[in-house]
Amino acid sequence: MAKTTISPHQVKHVAQLANIPISKKEEQELTQAFTETLAVVNQLKSLKTKNVQPTHQVTGLENILRADKVDQEKMFTQEQALANASQTHQGYFVVPRIIEKQHA
Amino acid sequence: MLNQLTLKQTLDQLDQKTVSLTDLYVDIKQAILNQDKKLNLYLSLNETVLKNPQKKKQKPLAGAPIAVKDNFCTQDMRTSAASKVLNNFVPSYESTVTKKLQQAGGVIIGKTNMDAWAHGSSTETSDFGRTLNPRNSDYLPGGSSGGSAAVVAADACIAAIGSETAGSIRQPASWCGCVGLKPTYGRVSRFGVIAMASSTDSPGPITKTVEDAAILLNHLAGKDPYDATTSAQPVPDYTQALNQPLKDLKIGVLYLDIEGLEKIKTQFKDQLQVFSDLGAKVEPAQALDPHYAIGVYTVIQRGEVSSNLARFDGIRYGHDRSHFGDEAKRRIMLGTFTLSKGYADQYYNLAQKVRTLFLQNFAKLFTKYDVLVSPTSPGFAKKVGVTQGAVMFGELEDMLLEPSSIAGLPGLSLPCYRNPKTNLYLGMNIVAPMWQEELIIKVADAFEKNTPWNSWRNHHEK
Repeated sequence: MAKTTISPHQVKHVAQLANIPISKKEEQELTQAFTETLAVVNQLKSLKTKNVQPTHQVTGLENILRADKVDQEKMFTQEQALANASQTHQGYFVVPRIIEKQHA
Repeated sequence: MLNQLTLKQTLDQLDQKTVSLTDLYVDIKQAILNQDKKLNLYLSLNETVLKNPQKKKQKPLAGAPIAVKDNFCTQDMRTSAASKVLNNFVPSYESTVTKKLQQAGGVIIGKTNMDAWAHGSSTETSDFGRTLNPRNSDYLPGGSSGGSAAVVAADACIAAIGSETAGSIRQPASWCGCVGLKPTYGRVSRFGVIAMASSTDSPGPITKTVEDAAILLNHLAGKDPYDATTSAQPVPDYTQALNQPLKDLKIGVLYLDIEGLEKIKTQFKDQLQVFSDLGAKVEPAQALDPHYAIGVYTVIQRGEVSSNLARFDGIRYGHDRSHFGDEAKRRIMLGTFTLSKGYADQYYNLAQKVRTLFLQNFAKLFTKYDVLVSPTSPGFAKKVGVTQGAVMFGELEDMLLEPSSIAGLPGLSLPCYRNPKTNLYLGMNIVAPMWQEELIIKVADAFEKNTPWNSWRNHHEK
């Protein structure tokens, strides 16, 4: 069975992609957990799947659309939408800065 | 001790005025007070309705006290999914399941503990502490709907609601000696359920008897304009499937010979005799090795988790991503990895192909058998502390349920044996083709009524 080896470097990269801060210790632990989990997953490679179509949806429903109408029942008021926000400003969500300030 | 009533008994006795709603709630409150501190059952309680029971005489559920897993959004009532990321989240809207329950006259008395984000099979990975098994507090209740199974076993509610992605209703029901029904994918709306794996998530009842599960499913099932994956299949009256004969029914028995089931094989097999006695035909059936379902489920679940949990950024609700617990971090990151460039084909697409093999395998089995039965879990409830460092704990515990979950099939677990020494139960899982919950209820109800394993029928029934 093909063994997938995962490096701490890969784990660190994935953490960045997933936007999850991890410590050096977690990086090691996660490397081990990844390798253990992928060993189980790799067993799937022993099955014959070459001519098998993937299943993404089990009930076979297709193109389920709603009417193009505003549903007041489903809409939040501005107050409701902001009710759980950690920081608001004059009816807006406050978000962290993601673009660096330009230094003159 | 009115808290020990089943839902059916509660509704009948309220209707006949042999019990009052006020007395019922006094006993429920007392049961919670006596046990919640020790067992850690509820994450929040609706003190207002507990103090002032809402009379809903005209409605079918008549004000019955119902507990709901904490991943269903409840308006103005904290919904945390047992995660610290959402420890301050108070939804501005109601999930379809809780709305339907309330419209039918059910009253939500509290939100139950669970594995954080439903990522687990023990309720030991809750960010707010583990729940203990009411049958024996040295043991875990299973999960992820462990709180919902435990409140039913502890008679700290009349019935409960859980959600299952692959085992999360049936496995805790099995470990706590209750009935857990996972409907067909798309039978019950997912709107307002904090998403885990959107292609398999299915809400359903956890109850004291099969009849109670049928009553609740009547009120939960149906098409929801807010969940495009719900089906327009007509909803039958599931209670019509009760008290039906099993004559000539063909039952296939799965998984008894696989490694790890040696300890429970005989006990389980002995219980199948009753089906033959009732006129059904019972024989061993060959299915695709459920070990493969572990890999399929792991890849699909981690992948869907990584996209579903991407929304938690601490801006619109909750706290930022540094607040995720270890298990959630592991799952999000592994999902990100298996969906990333260069790996998606090797893992995600491969898993979806093997999922097709399971669907084909079930289709073949159902040409020969009406229903399939197996143990729910490879054994009895496990001891407190067992999940520490076990990264694949849940997947292994849920192995016998994962094939039917990834195929979207309905399944029900009910008690089929009790160990007199530990007071712990074994569960029997009954699976039918899509939309055939009635068939499952028929088989489960017949088993329950013709065997001694349901504790409410044994101990509390007058």
